[in-house]
Amino acid sequence: MPLHAAHPPQPERTPRQQWLAVLARASLAELQAAWDALDDKPAYRTLRPGETGLVTLRGRIGGTGQPFNVGEMTMTRAAVQLLAADGGVSQVGFGHVAGRSARRAELVALFDALLQDPLRCDGVVAAVVAPLAARQQAAAAAQRAKVAASKVDFFTMVRGE
Amino acid sequence: MNGTGQRGAAPGSDFARLEPGFRDAVRGSQTCFRAVLDAMAHPGRVVTLPPSLDGAPPVPLGDAAAAVALTLCDIDTPVWLDAAAAPAAGYLAFHCGAPLVDNPADARFAIIADPAAAPPLDRFALGSDEYPERSATLVIEAAGFGGDTGVGLRGPGIDRETRFAVTELPARFWRERAALAELFPRGVDVLFACGSRLAALPRSTQVIV
Repeated sequence: MPLHAAHPPQPERTPRQQWLAVLARASLAELQAAWDALDDKPAYRTLRPGETGLVTLRGRIGGTGQPFNVGEMTMTRAAVQLLAADGGVSQVGFGHVAGRSARRAELVALFDALLQDPLRCDGVVAAVVAPLAARQQAAAAAQRAKVAASKVDFFTMVRGE
Repeated sequence: MNGTGQRGAAPGSDFARLEPGFRDAVRGSQTCFRAVLDAMAHPGRVVTLPPSLDGAPPVPLGDAAAAVALTLCDIDTPVWLDAAAAPAAGYLAFHCGAPLVDNPADARFAIIADPAAAPPLDRFALGSDEYPERSATLVIEAAGFGGDTGVGLRGPGIDRETRFAVTELPARFWRERAALAELFPRGVDVLFACGSRLAALPRSTQVIV
């Protein structure tokens, strides 16, 4: 089951958690296209270049019982600092994505930094985050429908004593 | 490593003031490692690190001390900072992921920006006879190298004897170092850093005051 189907949007999350969740699931092509389409790109410097490592996943197989270490997955993280016009540093953005794409993690970090700017947040949400979220929800719904159509209920006869 | 004595969130969670680390993490750390190796192999010799940092080193450390920390410290090496070096805590937490400890005896690395106020050397981990490597490496940010109040160094890596002087290093340092000599192979290794220069005083070196 893909991750996005297992984790429907949770309304109690902070706005930053929500946009990071959407950005982290977006593909490199989607993020790059959104970045290319962005006018007024900010100047930035890399605080932590994309670095790939492993994270331990904890979970409950089957959805019940004690959480335990399911396994490890490859993850890439990056951090960028936006540079203000006066040469100082403004927001710092963080990107964590599944897989090995350093550029994808960097783009997530860039959008995260931009979204922390109160003046640009609403614009970037409307132009980037909302379309990505809509596409991801549609994909998850399509996946659920496909899975539901193939559902099989097993009935087992109890052997009479 | 247990979690006792570790500080909570680093004071540097103020990310906007963070500076980047190595420009190229692999080359930067390998170059620095080679320089540390060179310095350790020739106690008292001052080696110069080529520029490798992308940003400014954290106040009050110089390029060499910051590069040594980025190269050698990680999640498995608890780090102790003296009061003067405390502003570098956020930098080290972010780039090295090293746990910061309050007790010098718990630290594998101690970064000392004010040698005059540093605790006595025997307050740091000295290792045990079975595991002498479980000891601390001290990185001391020095005011400079040279001057006429130096000491003589003898031992492995030194042809007969060499002179070594660190500016504004309190005289008690050499007394404390001499007291540790008889514990060998236990002891502490010391790296002196000044700007982008580095010199080493490993525990195997005899100091002649």
